[in-house]
Amino acid sequence: MKLALSNKSDRLFGLGVVVVALAYLASAAQIPEGFLSDPVGSRTFPYIVGTIALVCGVLIAVKPDADPTWPELPTLARIGIALAVMYAFAVTLRPLGFIPAAFFSSAAISYLIVPRLVQSLLTGAGLAVGLFFILKHGLGLGIFAFGKTFAF
Amino acid sequence: MELFSNLAQGFAVALTWSTLLLAVSGCFAGTIIGSLPGLGPSNGVAILIPLAFSLGLDATEALVLMTSVYYGAMYGGRISSILLNIPGDEPALMTTLDGFPMARQGRAGDALVLSGVASFVGAFLATIGLMLLAPVLARVAYLFGPAEYFALYLLAFCTLGGLASKNQIKAALAAVVGLGIAMIGLDNQTGLPRLTFGELHLMDGVDFLVAIVGLFAVSEVFFFIESHGKQSAIGIKLDRITIPVKDIVNSFWTMMRATAIGFIAGVLPGAGASLGSFLAYMGEKAIARDQDSFGKGNPRGVAAPEAGNNAAAGGALVPMLTLGVPGSGTTAVLLALLLTLNITPGPTLFAERPEVVWGLIASLLIANFVLLIMNVPLVRLFVHILSVPPWLLLPGITLVAYGGIYSLSGSGFDLILMTLFGLFGYLFRKLDVPTVPVILGILLGNSMEDNLRRAMIISNGDWTYLFSSGISIGLWLAALAGFIAPMFLRPLLKRPARPESEE
Repeated sequence: MKLALSNKSDRLFGLGVVVVALAYLASAAQIPEGFLSDPVGSRTFPYIVGTIALVCGVLIAVKPDADPTWPELPTLARIGIALAVMYAFAVTLRPLGFIPAAFFSSAAISYLIVPRLVQSLLTGAGLAVGLFFILKHGLGLGIFAFGKTFAF
Repeated sequence: MELFSNLAQGFAVALTWSTLLLAVSGCFAGTIIGSLPGLGPSNGVAILIPLAFSLGLDATEALVLMTSVYYGAMYGGRISSILLNIPGDEPALMTTLDGFPMARQGRAGDALVLSGVASFVGAFLATIGLMLLAPVLARVAYLFGPAEYFALYLLAFCTLGGLASKNQIKAALAAVVGLGIAMIGLDNQTGLPRLTFGELHLMDGVDFLVAIVGLFAVSEVFFFIESHGKQSAIGIKLDRITIPVKDIVNSFWTMMRATAIGFIAGVLPGAGASLGSFLAYMGEKAIARDQDSFGKGNPRGVAAPEAGNNAAAGGALVPMLTLGVPGSGTTAVLLALLLTLNITPGPTLFAERPEVVWGLIASLLIANFVLLIMNVPLVRLFVHILSVPPWLLLPGITLVAYGGIYSLSGSGFDLILMTLFGLFGYLFRKLDVPTVPVILGILLGNSMEDNLRRAMIISNGDWTYLFSSGISIGLWLAALAGFIAPMFLRPLLKRPARPESEE
């Protein structure tokens, strides 16, 4: 691949900021004003914030920095998988309980950092059980080993 | 004298067994966090906050625990700088410059002891500075009305953002992203929902702990996957530890100067400890007669940044406690802790809750001695912990982060939100958008808006009221200068390159 000094990232990012800022301003216009409102009201501050963001987005798109070095495609895919794993962890922590959910996610993240299967499985098992006891019984966190689907 | 009676009251709080135990365990955990590459004081403190809540600590105890972690992390950051040539946290970057070359010359032990002593000098004197300066500033803070507070928050955003990124526009964007997120939820004054998009979970707003842990800790996982956990194998063996008396004596004045520079850098709302260590190092190099030896293992090049960054850590607590405006990323996280504990920092804190303030200061004085012992005679212990591989460390951090936040809120929605913040943290840092102003925006957004609205109620909608007092005009000018100055100073603030690891 040629190492041309590209700046697509910032152009795209600036454009994204513009879109989000416009959406933000549009929803700020929907904010209900109270009856006994103060001179500033509920909308002014969001308007100021949205406008500055809009200006920043335009400026970034117009005057972009050079691209950062993005990871290669396989690494990008790993990061995507890690994101999915953490999302799954967030969703399954309550129904499955800490130990199963933590086992899957920590084994997966460990594998994504260094792909060695047995090592990752052991890491997942060790961390899930070990940290459960430390967090729950050592520090008194409100987490449950297994979800209601198992316990009842 | 008032100071001594206050301090006596503080020690009465700090010298209980439970508080001492918390200080010692905080120092221990902090040093580990600081020394692990990729886990700095701000993400370390962020991950531990939910745990501190689960312990059911009262305000003073929680604050003692977390500031001990904070100080500990500032001490610990140097260990991997010196041994691995990887800064354990950002402020420790400057320590690699002379620390790693010293280690390569077989003086790793000397460098660790010298930097440990320098850390102690910096942190200890800065704590005394905090003790003397904070009550004075707290009295000045009584003069602040809503217009002044609004300008002060603006100043914090401008200076913090100005130094955090190479691109001012991106720093400004980061601040408004945070402010924009803070607006989500119920409006304080009208009680009506704003920008919740009909999502019930957003009625209470976005919890700043969710944002902090997501932006600081979860995003770190993505960075480690990107680097395949590479940055860990290279290192230097530590064989014996002696006390380099000569180096310590020779760098006495270095430490003093670095402490002064670091403390001032810390008090100013800005880049805090990173700037403190940078200025301390560059200053020391500028006045040295043997400039050539800097970067090649000059002991004074190790002492200066360490004294500087630890002094800045103490200095950064001054504006955080007296004005509620953090001077650095980590103090922003500590502010989050205070707000969650329902403690409003500011002058009233000193008047109404002296036991919190003085208990904290007394604990910090004690913590420094604990840290000196941990970081000089017991440093070998932490060197072993450095060898924890990323494939074990990062999954562990993830579990602690998710478990902690889940335990606090019990909501799967918050966990999903945190994951998203992690993704944004990764993208933002990749694109050189600083994340600290985002946090600051979320923390200060509502208060900033409230002050603006209160000012307008007082003035009956006259916007010139914002510039009506000397203090507020001064703050506006300082904010402007803080935002613009870095554009011109940037070439001067360029960091020297890190020493090469491979021969």
